[in-house]
Amino acid sequence: MNRPPPGPVRTFASAVAGFAAFLLVWQLSVSFVPFLERVPAPADTARAISQLATGDLLWKSIVASVFRVAWGFCLAVGIGIPLGVLLGWVPTARAVGNPVVQALRPISPIAWLPIAVLLFGRTRWFSAADVEAIFIIFIASFFPIVTATTSAVSSIDHKYIRSAANFGVGGSLLFRRVILPAAMPQILTGLRLALGIAWVVVVAAEMLGVQSGLGYQINDSRNNLRYDLVTAVMAVIAVIGLLLDSAMSRIEHATLARRGARHA
Amino acid sequence: MTPPPDADPSAGDKILVRDVHKTFSTKKGDVQVLEGVDLAVRDREFLAIVGPSGCGKSTLLNCMAGFERISTGSIEIDGVEVTAPSPKRVFVFQETGIFPWFSVWDNIGFGLSRMPFEQKHEIVMRYIRMVGLDGFEKSFPSELSGGMKQRVEFARALAVDPDVLYLDEPFGALDAFTRLEMRREVVRIWGETHKTCILVTHDVEEAIELADRIAVMTQRPARIQTVLDNPQPRPRDPDRREFRALKDEIFGILGVERSV
Ligand SMILES: Nc1ncnc2c1ncn2[C@@H]1O[C@H](COP(=O)(O)OP(=O)(O)OP(=O)(O)O)[C@@H](O)[C@H]1O
Ligand SMILES: [Mg+2]
Repeated sequence: MNRPPPGPVRTFASAVAGFAAFLLVWQLSVSFVPFLERVPAPADTARAISQLATGDLLWKSIVASVFRVAWGFCLAVGIGIPLGVLLGWVPTARAVGNPVVQALRPISPIAWLPIAVLLFGRTRWFSAADVEAIFIIFIASFFPIVTATTSAVSSIDHKYIRSAANFGVGGSLLFRRVILPAAMPQILTGLRLALGIAWVVVVAAEMLGVQSGLGYQINDSRNNLRYDLVTAVMAVIAVIGLLLDSAMSRIEHATLARRGARHA
Repeated sequence: MTPPPDADPSAGDKILVRDVHKTFSTKKGDVQVLEGVDLAVRDREFLAIVGPSGCGKSTLLNCMAGFERISTGSIEIDGVEVTAPSPKRVFVFQETGIFPWFSVWDNIGFGLSRMPFEQKHEIVMRYIRMVGLDGFEKSFPSELSGGMKQRVEFARALAVDPDVLYLDEPFGALDAFTRLEMRREVVRIWGETHKTCILVTHDVEEAIELADRIAVMTQRPARIQTVLDNPQPRPRDPDRREFRALKDEIFGILGVERSV
């Protein structure tokens, strides 16, 4: 537990070794296990990726998926954080609101698809399919954000609130200078979790309703019996997911860097 | 420094605590913590409150600061009933209450938010100098030692120019060496600013080194048992006879037999 963390070179080398081992196991199993013989090998996948990268379909799909995630996620942040602050700060609001939030949370975001279609299926000023997907992403990221913010705000150390009261700091100043910064570490963890879920869910949402995006590309490739394209798109999804997560983690570190060992 | 004990007792009183009772209602029933506390704190004096662990020292201080409501009785400061916290009387916490998300400068300026920048900067820098943290104004609490954090906390409290400082075991989280150093600092700062200081501690030696008068509390439900005068000149040497005599007297009142 207390060993010093390995340096960046070691970390990178270990990751490369892990991927190499994974690719090797993948290659060997599709070559020698009869049950897996129709699964594309790493080389097939790589070839399909380079094929995809030359056309603009891959880029269009990435943009479509990222666009939906960005909208859904930002809406969830904009509504979820204020709601979470309210639930965390006002005990009565929490007593009333939190059970509802906790009851809705375990419903898979995909289960909301019929409701999304019902609500937004006739949208004209925007692509209806886009709005439906955005709504599902919103649902997927909203609950982790509200839950994290509520718990962060309700567990703020008493002494910070007392200090603020002692120095006559109240109202909006109290929120900006004490409550939000005190809750920030936990909120950021919630945002990172929510973005991860959003990226998982967007693929599922796109497999169901819409005609674009990475999820749709997986379906489309399957329908054309191009399983090498399926694994290629899966690889792209993995890379973008990693990039999103490391971007969030950078934001987290940059925000909390000077606060000390607890979060740095 | 200390007014003579036989002077008119109500003349210089800053804080008057009269027959204060405090009961906490908990799930397991009511807990009576304070039972008829009477205490007069003189203007600009340094008063220490000592007592057995868990007797209600922090509770009394919280009530005097306006953080807790008293059940019956009254607490008046300058003749006005205390009902809520106020920047006129600032609390210094044991586990430092400074904000880890602000720099030293922002922490010390926390209570001065409505002030123009120039004026605020001047005040903040004055107190940074007073507590000996020159050059650390841009540092964050995580980059400071425990003693330095405590200095920031003192500077933040002093910057709003309060009448009263409440110190609830302000050195409790510090190591023994830093604690000695901070005691000396507090004596110096008190000498420079002459705020009314009320110190809660269970370190009798600390109380004798710092305070003009020492109030001894009883077991819970607590009252003030005695208030002892401590007119020794500062700095006070724990090896001197008066110091040791007072220490023995307080331990005697607390009912602790001192071996050796
Ligand atoms: N908010 C509260 N609710 C219920 N009981 C409380 C509350 N605050 C304090 N008490 C009880 O009141 C008693 C006195 O607590 P207090 O913290 O004032 O003691 P203290 O003299 O400061 O102790 P210590 O020397 O350990 O700091 C304790 O028995 C404690 O359990
Ligand atoms: Mg205490």
